[in-house]
Amino acid sequence: MSAAGCPMTPAPARVAKVDKETHDTFTLALEPADGQPLAGFAPGQFSMLYVYGVGELPISISGDPHEPGRLVYTVRSVGRATHALVNRQPGEVVGVRGPFGRPWPLEAARGKDVLIVAGGIGLAPLRSAIYDILRHRDDYVRLIVLYGARSPKDLLYRKQLAGWARLPDTQVLATVDYGGTSWRGHVGVVTTLFRQLRLHPAETVALVCGPEIMMRFVVRQLEARGVPESEIYLSMERNMKCAVGSCGRCQLGPYFVCKDGPVFSWAEMRAWMDKHEL
Amino acid sequence: MDTKALYDVLRQHPFLEGFKPPHIQKMAEMAHEVHFARDQTIFREGDECGIFYLILEGKVALEVSAPGRIMRISTQGAGDELGWSSLLMEESKHFQARTLEPVRALAFDAIRLRQTCEQDHGFGYLLMRQLLVVVSQRLQATRLQLLDLYAPRGVKLI
Repeated sequence: MSAAGCPMTPAPARVAKVDKETHDTFTLALEPADGQPLAGFAPGQFSMLYVYGVGELPISISGDPHEPGRLVYTVRSVGRATHALVNRQPGEVVGVRGPFGRPWPLEAARGKDVLIVAGGIGLAPLRSAIYDILRHRDDYVRLIVLYGARSPKDLLYRKQLAGWARLPDTQVLATVDYGGTSWRGHVGVVTTLFRQLRLHPAETVALVCGPEIMMRFVVRQLEARGVPESEIYLSMERNMKCAVGSCGRCQLGPYFVCKDGPVFSWAEMRAWMDKHEL
Repeated sequence: MDTKALYDVLRQHPFLEGFKPPHIQKMAEMAHEVHFARDQTIFREGDECGIFYLILEGKVALEVSAPGRIMRISTQGAGDELGWSSLLMEESKHFQARTLEPVRALAFDAIRLRQTCEQDHGFGYLLMRQLLVVVSQRLQATRLQLLDLYAPRGVKLI
């Protein structure tokens, strides 16, 4: 949706809606502001969102890829630019470049179980994948969602999680690191949820997104259970600037996260995630 | 449940993964089924460590009390064990265990389990090895919890 087909020029988009998800996380829906239709996207891709006069940020698309006419982003307010972004009011205009990047390999996962493991705001780019899987539900076997957050008040999309859990052949397990006594769900890091699973490792594709340390420990669990490295996919995060593989800001070993990722297989990432210098 | 039924249940329990049939049989002979209602306290902090459990169904919260509040440390569920400190001759429980939903479990007298370990070192080795796996997993999970991975940089947990 970049202007005039140039990936470096932001196209104007109007804020249609801002929903508060948690105390610090908001979901924004953008619609075109110049009459040009919004570009479609594939689950796992991201846009560069520009708050005029403040700054530009890479934000994963968290909406339904089959819902035309708007792009949806879930943003955690943690700094000046994200704070400015989530405080846009309906009708205000922001700049959008993209979508960019390699998406989740949902085509390759057809005919298999899909195991989604998310931590914190990492559920946002995976929600797009869940929407897509649910649209083509018969193409997949089981859908399993493991989701970890800091505390009950930090859990995203709680109503949707509950709704997905009621679907056939779908298992949704949520956990928090710190739960008060009113929380009746699971307490413990997301890796502790693996004990409750019966995986068919040769028939499973795992999609993982969250803090990098969490992802490393999730990969250990998956490998211990026999999921092949080629069937484990991670969404990586690095500081980005150009989003088209020109500036080198997001380089990770031989890859540019913006262009070659953000989704990588563990086979690609294995050699690079433990490198202290990267 | 009779010993045969207990054997069949134990054979499927993740804690006994790698146990040979004679070892599972030994466990079956020492097990009895127990049920706890929702919100029932299984043991309290400071209680004597007398029973080791393997959970079959339901959820148990491990909690610790602080002045004016109770904090939840972790949740144990089907396939987990409960009360491992009883196998190490700890004198008293460090945490409180309270059910979050109805729980079905197998209970073992800890003294009898320890005596069996002394008499049959092969069995004792397997049991202690499994226990070490559980303890190391709990240690890793606790370390990750302490890292507070989901916190924005610079924000401290209250």
